[in-house]
Amino acid sequence: MSNDLTRLTAAQLSAGLRAGEYSSEDVTRAHLDRIEQTDSVLGSFLTVEPEQALTTARDVDSRRAAGEELHPYAGVPVSVKDVVVTEGIRTTAASRILEDWIPPYDATISTRIKDAGLPILGKTNMDEFAMGSTTEHSAFGPTRNPWDTTTVPGGSSGGAAASAAAFQAPLAVGTDTGGSVRQPAAFTGTVGVKPTYGSISRYGIIAMASSLDQVGPMGRTVADAAALHQLLAGHDPKDSTSLSDPVPDFLAAVEAGARDGSLTGKRLGVVKQLSADDYDAGVRTAFTAALDLAQAAGAQIVEVDLPSLSYALDAYYLIMPSEASSNLARYDGMRFGLRVEPESGPVTAETVMAATRAAGFGAEVKRRILLGTYALSAGYYDAFYGSAQKVRTLVQRDFAAAFEQADVLVTPTAPTTALPFGMEDDADPMALYLGDAATIPANLAGIPGMSLPAGLADGMPVGFQLLALAKQDARLYEVGAAIEALVSDAAGAPVWAGVPTEYAADAASTTTSA
Amino acid sequence: MTSDELEKTAEDLGRILSSVARVTEVATDDVPATSHPMPLTNVLRDDVVGTPLTAEQALSGAPASEDGKFLVPQILGED
Repeated sequence: MSNDLTRLTAAQLSAGLRAGEYSSEDVTRAHLDRIEQTDSVLGSFLTVEPEQALTTARDVDSRRAAGEELHPYAGVPVSVKDVVVTEGIRTTAASRILEDWIPPYDATISTRIKDAGLPILGKTNMDEFAMGSTTEHSAFGPTRNPWDTTTVPGGSSGGAAASAAAFQAPLAVGTDTGGSVRQPAAFTGTVGVKPTYGSISRYGIIAMASSLDQVGPMGRTVADAAALHQLLAGHDPKDSTSLSDPVPDFLAAVEAGARDGSLTGKRLGVVKQLSADDYDAGVRTAFTAALDLAQAAGAQIVEVDLPSLSYALDAYYLIMPSEASSNLARYDGMRFGLRVEPESGPVTAETVMAATRAAGFGAEVKRRILLGTYALSAGYYDAFYGSAQKVRTLVQRDFAAAFEQADVLVTPTAPTTALPFGMEDDADPMALYLGDAATIPANLAGIPGMSLPAGLADGMPVGFQLLALAKQDARLYEVGAAIEALVSDAAGAPVWAGVPTEYAADAASTTTSA
Repeated sequence: MTSDELEKTAEDLGRILSSVARVTEVATDDVPATSHPMPLTNVLRDDVVGTPLTAEQALSGAPASEDGKFLVPQILGED
């Protein structure tokens, strides 16, 4: 019984809880047991909070028994990426500099999750301050991919993706700055969405690059991601970049997409610059197969041109570290977090800051701070950051033109399936950067993107990315639900159902490079 | 930083410079800059008192505090 509950989707759990088939305490305990059984190998969680989660679950159960009107997903547990501030629960951003920080306040989305009555199972692992795409840059050890524990789960929301894929949590909250929700979703056979910039409040999200960061819902199905997006979205006066538009009905979009014939006449735009030789053969095959299914179901495939795309990566690698270096200046060892005194010499604010940052930040974080500080230095600002901002305008114009010809754009999410550990040390940096080529443009332009499974290549999941116009997130859910159903019907089962559920302990001996 | 870290950083700085060269190719004077992808202007709130953290909460994560204030190292050096 216990294990069966972890195999259900959030939508099924929501229905079962409301019908009284089981309690939230049963559901929450089943997931906590699953975490206990598997997380010594997987490492999805940095902090697990059994008592708080069970307290919420029991509270929901008693209120529901009393006939109180609750949120439809009340009692469905969720994992939260450790970049989201949670009052009273340790929040580290996977960095030594915040190792023991217990926040005195909640992020707006933490409040929303608590108000809706979703038990928070714990805080998921990530690359330190969300800087990386493998989760190897966590200061507290890597997360393993449940599909093959010798491979990375992607990142930076690697713990979130692994928790959803491995049945540790039906829902997971991630964040996406250049693909950090979509790429790990692709690597783990799950669904991850980067909403339109401003769709979900970022008050209380530990910032990396403020003009790019977005919170993203993750789950095993399109419907579950939609439900979590619905719960998290909406205007927040505490976030000045939060959109004030009414939140569309994402679950209605999923239902519309799941209806027969929903793809008829829909124009899917294949991006000329992102469909060529940069992708592994297995990824291309799975992507093309999914596209063929969509075409057979009535979708029209068109080719679109995004000529500025090749400059998008360059712009991203100027904007991201520039903003990160500015955001990370707040970790100074004065008001919260780690404080380290220098081993020798005078103890002043300046030497303490230097010693604290030297000890508290990992190598990748230091590199990005240095690069960003350089890119923002006096005299270079216009040439560096200013020019990169102009490229954003060009990318936005490209997308505007492309969406004249297509309802959604489609690409493989990543050029490969999940890679083995340690690849980052040896690989050509350009190849790693290219890994993000399909996901970064959406962050630069502020448009929404989704990754859902296209199928398998050599037993590993392949991601299929959908992009839509800004504020058209509902379109992703509609088309995504249709493609999800086609892929699942063709294979006879959803991709996520094929994940191994037992993990060998010896895999845990694999060392991390970070 | 270790010498390995410094070496890698030097490589990265080279990469940044090549990025700059690339973006300046297309970032001509007639292209306006985009600072935020969804432009919003004049985001204001009503001028009313909110409920900020108490002093105790604000100090709860401080490495050191005294008399309801953050305790920090000496700001200026000896000389």
